Order: sequence, then structure tokens, then C-alpha cells
Amino acid sequence: MSGRPTKKSEQRPERRQEDGAARRPAKLTVASSPHMAGRDSTRMLMLDVLIALMPALIFSGCYFFGPRAFVVTAVSAAGCLAFELLFNLATRRAQTIGDLSAVVTGVLLAFTLPADVPYWVVLVGDFFAIVIVKQLFGGLGKNFMNPALAGRVFLFSFPAVMSSFPAVRQWLDLGSTVDAVSAATPMAALHDGAVPAFTLQEMFTGIRGGSLGEVSAALLLLGGAYLVIRRVIRLRIPVCYLGTVALLSYFFPPAGVADPLEWMLYQLMSGGLLLGAVFMATDYVTSPVTRMGQVYYGVGCGLLTVFLRTYGSYPEGVAFAILIMNACAWAFDKWGKPRPYGRVRSRREAAE
Amino acid sequence: MLHGFYGGVHPADRKKTTSKVKIAAMERPPARVVLPLCGQDGESGEPLVKAGDKVSLGQLLCPATPRFAAVHASVSGTVAAIEPCLQSWGGKALSIVLENDGKDAPARPAWTPASRRDAPQDLTPGEIVDIVRQAGIAGMGGGAFPAYLKLHSAIGRVDALLLNGAECEPYLTADERLMEERPEAVIGGTRLLMRCLALDRAVIGVEGNKYAAVAALRKQLPLRGGDVEVRTLRARYPQGSEKQLIQKLTGRRVPTGKLPADAGCVVFNVATAAAVYDAVYDAVPLTRRVVTVAGSAVAEPKNLLVPLGTPLEDLIREAGGWCAPPDRVLAGGPMMGAAQFDLSTPVTKGTSAVLGLVAAEIKPANRPEGPCLRCGRCIEACPMGLEPVYLHLYADHGRVRELAGLHIMDCTECGACAYGCPARIRLVHSIRSGKQQLRSLQEKNRGEGGAG
Repeated sequence: MSGRPTKKSEQRPERRQEDGAARRPAKLTVASSPHMAGRDSTRMLMLDVLIALMPALIFSGCYFFGPRAFVVTAVSAAGCLAFELLFNLATRRAQTIGDLSAVVTGVLLAFTLPADVPYWVVLVGDFFAIVIVKQLFGGLGKNFMNPALAGRVFLFSFPAVMSSFPAVRQWLDLGSTVDAVSAATPMAALHDGAVPAFTLQEMFTGIRGGSLGEVSAALLLLGGAYLVIRRVIRLRIPVCYLGTVALLSYFFPPAGVADPLEWMLYQLMSGGLLLGAVFMATDYVTSPVTRMGQVYYGVGCGLLTVFLRTYGSYPEGVAFAILIMNACAWAFDKWGKPRPYGRVRSRREAAE
Repeated sequence: MLHGFYGGVHPADRKKTTSKVKIAAMERPPARVVLPLCGQDGESGEPLVKAGDKVSLGQLLCPATPRFAAVHASVSGTVAAIEPCLQSWGGKALSIVLENDGKDAPARPAWTPASRRDAPQDLTPGEIVDIVRQAGIAGMGGGAFPAYLKLHSAIGRVDALLLNGAECEPYLTADERLMEERPEAVIGGTRLLMRCLALDRAVIGVEGNKYAAVAALRKQLPLRGGDVEVRTLRARYPQGSEKQLIQKLTGRRVPTGKLPADAGCVVFNVATAAAVYDAVYDAVPLTRRVVTVAGSAVAEPKNLLVPLGTPLEDLIREAGGWCAPPDRVLAGGPMMGAAQFDLSTPVTKGTSAVLGLVAAEIKPANRPEGPCLRCGRCIEACPMGLEPVYLHLYADHGRVRELAGLHIMDCTECGACAYGCPARIRLVHSIRSGKQQLRSLQEKNRGEGGAG
């Protein structure tokens, strides 16, 4: 490389020495166009997702569950970062923790856990999410399942700690463990075909039992609005997902439900549906990239969620629904191929 | 009525430095000019002169070929050589090198100029096409496709004549200045094209950020009921691409592999229209064009009227030389222009700009590639409705058959996908390599078919 500049100056004697300003530049880069780019980067997109998650996290830690929510989230994020760092060191890969995707995974995983979950459980989930699901498949962009959800589902292996949720507004300090008073989640009631004991207002604001970050519909929608305004996510997936769930719950409520509209709203706001639809199903890596593919994917998530909520043995179905649809993302991309400009619609001519 | 085209991006336009700078002729004309006789593909024509011949300004040097417009001397002087010379697209092309004697002695026009008062009604379409062919006019938006062939393909088949004044690439102001300073030439050229195509209407599409150009054009036209309509478009890249402009202005799509005339449209650049005007009324062939010289590395950004064949380094010198070390020098705009490694390459009929960009301006396009997030922004940005993410993937893995299935050849390399990619993946580069792989496979197959 060091020989190149000298060679260049040899080739071209300074025949235009008199106008020094027009002298040949020492080194020019040759690269493919375009030579300009937008400002968005992977790290900024991840940062935006983290910002969008902040309202729900701050209210969880300061109002719903107490400081333990902060600590669980911090432990989860730090655990994910550490596992990615160690994995990259152990396999001698380029360090990738700077893209902040591990932090997003950590925070999202924490959001799906009960606020009084033991810390070791969090770390087990982190390990599964980062090392098994993400890094062993080749790191960011290569995993086919949402790491946070896969970690969450892996933690179903510990049913004792994962099926009881602390009641909201019972202050959990740092040492609290599973002994905290647990409360029935609205999801459990819905699974039994009954309207939960919380009012719709409580559901919307988040005064209800549930996972650390999923309780407040309002705060999750606020985060989602931020992501849409910043153009980090498109509305296609969340709208198709929530729309499918809404339509199915409205038109096919279980027998004995007096008001299908009320039933639909409970369905939409309970469990991890909003967290899943806004933050998990829209995960770039594991969702389809084509417009129609995203529509199929959103509708598929909605269908499966309602199916699993109605017929599954667990009360909640969002995590399984999204993971199953993740596995179909590439197929949806093939079916949802856009029609290029100027290509005719008929299949016969397209085949030519 | 405005239609949309799909995709596109909104790059910062960065036109301020030159959009108010008047077009200036070169103070120090080039010592020698290089005039290529063919484009990137195709046979070169038979030169009519040989080394040592004296030529005058505007003298025909090489007649038109089916792929390349006629070449005229852009300065007067002597033919120094006829040899392959480096071109701005990165390869060599057989070129006539002229030594400039600085006299600009004009050649006798090969056709009689039309009178400004009577034309265009006096001219028949055939006469106009003939003048356009003799004047060596080629598409000045970048394609450099011979204009007479375009007219030929369009006569009797089109019902919409569109003039492209979008100039959607950042930095470029050459067309904007031309429309502002010579609106009568743009409109007059448009009327000649209308006459040639037997149409009584034409539409000039201009991006709405060029207020002065729009105002200047509209001043030439009656408030209502004019034969030429100036339509302002919301700035968006790649609006100035032929197919996207057609979609935007008429709502039609050009069928794949067909000409715009097959969709009933024909598009000319505003600079091409002005060249037609000059050729018909002044009987001068196309020997010069307006080039924007800009970028942070250039001391005095300018819009220069330069003889064709002027080496890029002379343009830089004319614009005050470098004020900062350039990282990339581009022939053309930053979205589709070619990076140069040797500044002796000449200005051609399609060169709209020479840009000297410092590293800070290119950022973040020069950041290292990251892993693909599958965010789908490239698909949303693609105006051709392709899937750049998969083209990149398959091209990198050499899976050529899939590339053909994804219509890789439809890609216009506009760069909208790579512009928006948060991982900075060089999508256009991958797609170009994919096209090359597909082409060589097809050639191999054809060769085998021929042998068998």
C-alpha cells in the first residue's frame, strides 16, 4: 500500500506546478455509488427502541413494582452485554456489543418476567437468548427467533418462579423474592372465559398484575407511537396483529360474555399482547421484510395468539405465536414478493 | 393530477453553494480535449479525421452510430491522436484527442438555421429529426442516448411529451441554472420537440425547490392555457429517473424491457431541449454543456459552460482548485456518479457535475459495513419494486439463478436502497456484481447453446 502514492506521482510529473491550487490530490477513494447516506445507523435504531421502552420501565420501577424492577432490568441488560462480550472474546470475533442490540434484548427479556424473579433466572434467560439463539446462529441479523422471547420461553422450564406474578403497587425492594404476595393476572381470568376483576381503566393505566414491563397499555402505546414517529417501525405489523386479535375477539367471544366490545378490549390490553405487537413482533431480524409478507405475518401472529389463548394450556399465547411466526418469516417474504415496476401481473408472462 | 412513484428517499439537497451562481464560460479554455467515439458498450464509429488534421469548432468528426450520437469538434485546433482514452465510467474508449489552438474558429454549419419568427411551423418532423441527428444531440441527463433515435422511436406512438427538469441528485444545479437563465431555449426546444411529435401539449417536471427556475419558465408562458405546462414536484430522489418521472407525471409504467414510447411517453432532459433549440435556430451542433463543479473540497463552486471533452482537472482548476484534500472526486451526482481515480477523464454529453467531496461529506456512507438487520428499508426505498436485501444476499453467495428470478436486471442502480441502509451495506456494489455474474452466466449458456 505504501508504494501506491509514490507510483502515482511518478506516473504524472508535476506538469501544472504553476497553479499549485489545482495540484492533483494525493489520494482518491474509488467506491461504488452512492456516495452519500442517511444518518440512521444500527446503534441509533437500537437506542430509539430503548428510549421507547423507557416510559414503561420508569413507571414500573417508580410506581408499579418498586426499585426491584430497575434492578431486574439492569441485571438482564448487563447479563446480555456480558454474554455477547464473552462469546465474541471466546470465539475471537470482532466485538459487536457497540450496536446495543444486546441491551435491547436484555431489557425486552426483563419486561416479560415477573418483577420478583430471582436474579439467577434472569441470567439463565440472558444466556439462552444471547448465546444459543443469537450468537450461535451468527449474531445480529442471523437469528431466526426473537432472542428475548426465546429466552422467555426457555424460562418456562422453571414453572415455580414463572407462573406467579406479584400484585401491582406492593413495593418490592431489592431483596424481595418469590415470597411476595402474588396476584391473579387478568390473563388467567380471560383464559377461563371470564372478564377479569380489573376495570378497563386499570387495564389501560397498568394497575394490574403482570410481568414487569407489560402491565400498562398506555405506556407501551406511547413507546410505540415514538417508534412510529421516528420511523423505526412501520405500523403494518402491529396493526395487522392487533387488528386480527380485535376482530376475532369481537366476533367470536366465548359463551357467556355479555359485551363483546369489552371482551375485545380486555383481550387487547391484557397479557403481553401490546408489548409483543409493538416491540417483539416488529423485531427487524425475525420479521419479514416485504410489505405483503409483513401483513401475512401480522395476521398470522394474531390468529395464533387468539388460538393459543383459547385452546392452549398456558393462559398466554403471545410469545409462542410470535416465535412460531418468526420461523415462517422467510416463507412469508417469498409469498409477499413485491411486483417490480413495469412487470405484468399475469403469471404466464412473468414465467417467460 | 399528480401520481406517486413507489419508494425513494430524501437526501439533503446541498445545492445552495451553486444554485445562485450564474453559468460562466471557462476563463482558461482547456489545452486539449478528449472526445470519445463510443459509450460504455457498443462499437465506436469511423472517425472522419486522422492525426495531424486541422479541425474547426463544430466540425463533424465521427458520424452517428446506432448507440452513440455524432461527435463534433468542441474546440478548433489539430487532431493530436486517435487512441483509447480513460473515460469517467472507469474504462477506455476510442477517442479523438484535439489540441486546442484557442481560436474557436467555427466550421460552416451543415444545415441552414431556421428563422426564429416562423418556426417551428415551417419545419417538418423529419427535418427536425435530421437536424437533431446531425447536431449529435444525446440525452444530457446522464444516459447520453442519441436523441434522434429516441425521437424516431416516439414519432406517432406517444401522446405525452415530458421534459425532465427534476434534477433530483444533491449538489447538481446545472439544469436549474439553465432553466433560470435560458428559459426561452428550454421552452423553444420543447415546442420544437412537440412539433416533431405532432403533439400540442408538453409537461416540464421541475422539483419544487427550484423556485427561480419555475418562475423563469412560467414567465415565458401565458398564465392559463399555455401549450407547455410547468409542473412542480415535491423533492424526492430518484424523481429525475426516466421511469419514475413517467410514473409521477402520467401514472403509467414502462413495461420491462420496453421503451418509454411503448407506454406512450417520451422524456427529454431540459438541457437536451435547449440543445435542440440551439441546433435548429443557430445551426450549432452540441459541443458544450453546463457542468456543476461543487463539493466542499472545491474552492469556488461554479456552474461552468465547458467544451465537451474538457478534462475534469481543468474544471477543478477553473473553480479555484482544491481548498481541502478531496476524498472522492465524482463525475455526476453523489447518488449515481462514478468515483474518479484519474482526473484526466473528459466531460461527456451526459456529465452533469464534477464533485470534489471531503470525507466529512461522504459520511456515513464510508463507514464499515455492519450485519444486515433485515429492517426492510431498502425494499421500501426501491422505486423499481425490487428486494435489494435479497439481491445482496444472493449476489454475495453467487446464487445467480435466484438473482434472475428477483429481476436483478431491472435495477437502475439509483442508490436509494444503500442511502437508507442503517448497516451501511454496499447494496449497489453487490447488485452490480450480481448483474455481472448473471451476464457472464448467460453468455456462457449462449456460447454452449451455439456450440451444441
